[in-house]
Amino acid sequence: MSKKQPITLNINNRDHKIEVEPRKTLVDAIRDDCGQTGTHIGCEHGICGACTVLVDGEPVRSCLMFAVQADGKTIRTVEGLANGDELHPMQKAFMDHHGLQCGFCTPGFLMLAVGVLEREPDISDEDLLDVLSSNLCRCTGYQNIIKAVRAAAAEMRGPR
Amino acid sequence: MSKDAGGTVIGRSVPRLEDRPLLTGQGRFAANISFPGQLHMRVVRSAVAHGKLTGLDASAALNVPGVHAVWTAADVAHIPPIGFRLTGLTELEPYRQYVLARDRVRYVGEPVAAVFASDPYIAEDAADLVDVRTEDLPSIIDAAEQPGFYDDERRTEPAIIRKGYGDVDAAFAQAQHIVELELSIGRHSGVPIETRGVIATYDEERDVLAMYGAAKVPHWNRDSIAMMLGRKLETVQLFEGHVGGGFGIRGELYPEDLLACAAALKFRKPVKWIEDRREHLIAANHSRQQRHKIRAAVDDHGRILGLDDTFFHDNGAYMRTHAATVPDLAAAMLPGPYIVPAYRAHGHIRLTNKTPCGTYRAPGRYESTFVRERLMDAIAQRIQVDRLEIRRRNLIAKEQMPYDARTATLGTDIIYDSGDYAGLLRRVDRHYGLARAIARAEQRRSTGVLAGVGLAMFVEKSGLGPSDLVRITLHADGTTEVVTGSASVGQGMETAMAQICAGALGIDYATVRVIHGQTDRIERGGGAYASRVTVMTGEATHRAACDLRAKALAAAAPLMQTTPDRLTIAGGVITRVNGGASMPLAELARIVSLTGEGIFEYKHMVYPYGVHIAEVLVDAESGGVTVERYFVGYDIGRAVNPMLIEGQIAGGVAQGIGGALYEDFRYAENGEPLSVSFADYLMPTAHEIPRIELLLTEDAPSPLNSLGLKGAGEGGANAAGAAIASAVDDAIGLPGAITELPITPQRLKALLRGLPPH
Repeated sequence: MSKKQPITLNINNRDHKIEVEPRKTLVDAIRDDCGQTGTHIGCEHGICGACTVLVDGEPVRSCLMFAVQADGKTIRTVEGLANGDELHPMQKAFMDHHGLQCGFCTPGFLMLAVGVLEREPDISDEDLLDVLSSNLCRCTGYQNIIKAVRAAAAEMRGPR
Repeated sequence: MSKDAGGTVIGRSVPRLEDRPLLTGQGRFAANISFPGQLHMRVVRSAVAHGKLTGLDASAALNVPGVHAVWTAADVAHIPPIGFRLTGLTELEPYRQYVLARDRVRYVGEPVAAVFASDPYIAEDAADLVDVRTEDLPSIIDAAEQPGFYDDERRTEPAIIRKGYGDVDAAFAQAQHIVELELSIGRHSGVPIETRGVIATYDEERDVLAMYGAAKVPHWNRDSIAMMLGRKLETVQLFEGHVGGGFGIRGELYPEDLLACAAALKFRKPVKWIEDRREHLIAANHSRQQRHKIRAAVDDHGRILGLDDTFFHDNGAYMRTHAATVPDLAAAMLPGPYIVPAYRAHGHIRLTNKTPCGTYRAPGRYESTFVRERLMDAIAQRIQVDRLEIRRRNLIAKEQMPYDARTATLGTDIIYDSGDYAGLLRRVDRHYGLARAIARAEQRRSTGVLAGVGLAMFVEKSGLGPSDLVRITLHADGTTEVVTGSASVGQGMETAMAQICAGALGIDYATVRVIHGQTDRIERGGGAYASRVTVMTGEATHRAACDLRAKALAAAAPLMQTTPDRLTIAGGVITRVNGGASMPLAELARIVSLTGEGIFEYKHMVYPYGVHIAEVLVDAESGGVTVERYFVGYDIGRAVNPMLIEGQIAGGVAQGIGGALYEDFRYAENGEPLSVSFADYLMPTAHEIPRIELLLTEDAPSPLNSLGLKGAGEGGANAAGAAIASAVDDAIGLPGAITELPITPQRLKALLRGLPPH
């Protein structure tokens, strides 16, 4: 144990002023200190991707980052995707394409896909498969997730 | 069974009712549940595979600020070992697990002590300081070797499962061919992405112990916890929230559940335990590891005269809640869709110094389907007929239904209720163009590409009884509440039950709320396992909805100045069949209280069946296998929601492919587990799983329930190991080469080194 440090995490446009030990992972801080439990923990060693959030727009495994490293940075989590009652196109697409069963890995997949598509809206199918293969799902067999993300990508690009 | 029973909402791929909170980050998974003042539990686990416990020093841990207590076996001496839920043979009882190890540890990961602290980081720090002293004992790792000693009195073979019928020796005496194989299946498990978790609270005022994070079988677990802690049933309540994947492993009663509950009672504080991934991989149930030696007596046409199977089931260090379930199912269901005139199976249950076992999706069947279908391929090779033809010659005919398979399991005789196996094979062959696919692979092989096609057939079981109870209440706000003691493991049961309720009642399924897994809401419930929910809870829901409909019409008739038989319900509105006055159900619910009840009791299971086809590509250099195409033909009897069934099948196939090619809990010679992270236990990603094509048929509705339902949960996993093995054989041009799952690159490269050059 070592001394707690004051930091500020900006999650979904809201500042959370918290005090954490330097060893505290970002995901624990998001969940336990900021009360945002939509981000899930699946392995704590950076493989399953259930804890994926966007830090300054980039998908990050929040179990592999310390909370103090995210001090002052902008964080987006699944709770910030919908606009009030209106679901984000990615959330809607997961529903339409049965892209989730138990829903535990879903927040990680949603944030991964949204992060990548915002950066690279015209990503090729092959590259998208590469990206999506970085997270684990044990329920769906993945194809419906891929379908959902492709559908959402088209929706997010909008009419051309 | 009436084809019209259930109305039009049944059979439609309507969106799931479950999705919205899961998509917006509002899921109530165990780790998301917290109570003020809660203590965090961390379990101290054995670091050795087998040893005498000679001492335990917790003083350093107790000195850590924030640590509340450290428990050892002495603190839980009043708690009996965890009992059996299914297939609990008496001779297995001495091998049950206590919640904390007493004088021996028997696997790496076995709970030895528990630390309770104000913060999970502190609990973990302190757990590292607990000094556990052991004196090493020799480890047993291979279940197929001669049994060793479990303790001073007992051997490591607590029981042998014996099943069979007919004169097997006579069958072999008259056989034209005898085909013998030795086959093994690796050690796999469900490994849901959510690890286990439990939060126990004690309400002193009401004297109620509550456990959150319940899953699968909340009522059975409630009864067991009450019994083990010496409490009255009504003072223990279990609450299921969202569940991050089931697959057999989750929701069984584990030592950690009891520790948290006992601690909440003792400390009068909420106690929270969330498992980490390493713990999950060494402490939660493993499954499947078996080695079979099977012989088939066959006539000149390739028809089976008799089967004789001896197998060794590696159950790990203890007998947990499933007791003999997995080897029992393996032995009982091995004959599958074929006519087997004489059959003998001896399943040796063996204990080793590995993580104890339970079930994993299609338990016993993933294993015995692999064995049986490998055998069918080998018979085809011996008789020199193709793999499709050998199966056709042996299939049970439609006219033989219902078919008594002459074995029993899970307390029921196996009687296939309905099925047209040859019919499905025909439809699949036509739909898929199997002959073309095989020719295409042959053509590719002639150019040096190692491509192959494999197939496998199976009979699944589903709808395990003995009973389910459902109550449906119509509320004045227009919602309909279905209360069941069944459970959700993420499979979409809320939507399926809402559809069945809506269909019978004549309302919109989206207005139905399904309450499950809450022991304070209903007195009993069967839970969610063995692909039972759609069948058992579904039929009970149908009955409850019919009951409610009749009550609603009886109550409405005098108000509408007519008789019930002249009324109907559609779109949530009661109308006269001849037109005229109408009344919304919600309005009726404001006037009279309306509750329907349905009980379904049935001791026989229902049996869906299917065909898997895999097309693979083998990379000779790396030994890697790519699954290029995967197809499933599956007869569901009657589909409630095809989208959900496709989801179940696809997910099952993905897990089946995992077990066929990647997943294996490996151990070193000394019993040290080698698969302790996702870097060692390899689960398939989006890269490895192709689109799963499904031909969903409804040719053989079950005659045993009013809608014709059968289950969908396990048919995707069941034959995947068998189909992939058959395809890899074909690809490398060595029939019968694959005898072991998973087919790792190392094993495949070794096989390929023996290949004759092209």
